[in-house]
Amino acid sequence: MRLTQGAFSFLPDLTDAQISSQIEYCLKNGWAVSIEYTDDPHPRNTYWEMFGQPMFDIRDAAGIMAELQSCRKTFPQHYIKLNAFDSALGRESLRLSFIVGRPDKEPGFALERTEVGGRNVQYTTRSYAVERPEGERY
Amino acid sequence: MDTITNGQARRDDPSPQGGPAPQLDLDAVFRESNIGAVLDKLERELIGLEPVKSRIRDIAALLLVDKLRHSLGLSAGAPSLHMSFTGNPGTGKTTVALRMAEILHRLGYVRKGHLIAVTRDDLVGQYIGHTAPKTREVLKRAMGGVLFIDEAYYLYRPENERDYGQEAIEILLQVMENQREDLVVIFAGYKDRMDTFFRSNPGMSSRVAHHIDFPDYTPAELHSIAGLMLEQMQYQLDSEADTTLLEYIERRIKQPHFANARSVRNALDRARLRQASRLFERRGGLLSKEDLVTIKAADIRASRVFAAEKSAGQAENQ
Repeated sequence: MRLTQGAFSFLPDLTDAQISSQIEYCLKNGWAVSIEYTDDPHPRNTYWEMFGQPMFDIRDAAGIMAELQSCRKTFPQHYIKLNAFDSALGRESLRLSFIVGRPDKEPGFALERTEVGGRNVQYTTRSYAVERPEGERY
Repeated sequence: MDTITNGQARRDDPSPQGGPAPQLDLDAVFRESNIGAVLDKLERELIGLEPVKSRIRDIAALLLVDKLRHSLGLSAGAPSLHMSFTGNPGTGKTTVALRMAEILHRLGYVRKGHLIAVTRDDLVGQYIGHTAPKTREVLKRAMGGVLFIDEAYYLYRPENERDYGQEAIEILLQVMENQREDLVVIFAGYKDRMDTFFRSNPGMSSRVAHHIDFPDYTPAELHSIAGLMLEQMQYQLDSEADTTLLEYIERRIKQPHFANARSVRNALDRARLRQASRLFERRGGLLSKEDLVTIKAADIRASRVFAAEKSAGQAENQ
């Protein structure tokens, strides 16, 4: 099951040239771009690991693309996303976030139904990948 | 070549006469790139430095012609534009590097045209495994612009074979070769030490296409540089001070630790100090704007350069 999270999630994966122009757009707006990766892509998991430091003083997309390539090389079977942080007063939050790397095989999620009091049902999504410990998933 | 131009002509012209290759207007490209303004500014604000200017004009011409060739589908690959600036202190290496970034940007060779100036400390780490990320960090920042490595010969320390500088050099070399279109690296430093540096790193030397030597300034050139500096600082010399300044420069050149334009700037700064205290001493009276902007001969003549001369003269007399 193909994971869809963040911006552009219903488009096919962006090519490197497209990613590069998105980064260029972020830099043009003065946003700081950072790279994060995880092997636990549960939609509620907002704490992905950071790859390197947030890149505050980069002027050109080539610098971030180089960092992205090295992240892909280090974590070829992880999910990788780019975040663009806007530090403008009153905003101070992420403006753009999209997935730029994913494992070859994505097992997807299971929907668990738990029956509680009466006929109520509680739903939980659980990633098949997290049945194995961290580092051995995917 | 023929087939390409013919193809081009046919595409442009629906009634093929089989004939003339398209006429290209180099002048139009020149005007469009706005490079003329930058070159004029270079000519106006950089005094002397003829070999440097002519090389910059050559590079600008090459890049313009490359642009035209590209429009015809002729590719020569991105030229290697990594440079080495050698010369004594104060000969304008950093200033020219800044200007170079602007020129390359106008010509579309670098995308952003900013200059990142670094020294060994910014590239080389303190312990094992520290150097590579540090160098990469700097390179990342410099992407799309110009990386200016001042006193580059400090990167290589032959006396310590475990020096981390070598690691930084290797990473630099790799990026200089593989990401030529992303950044231009300029090495700067004193001539003799840079020569040793390149001799001990042959790989580096061959990847640096332009070795530009910055000559020392003549006294007359330094004098006109001082004129430009004063103009920027909004001061002026009275006519006596003007001749005194030239005399000062001629004497200062012969003294040790002479750093060309930098020494001149320092001398002017000290003259400003003396002018200020001269004005301060005769407070009580009213000052005109004229007083505030004028540096007099006495302000310059109070320098130790003249004092040294005098005492030396006295010593001779005794």
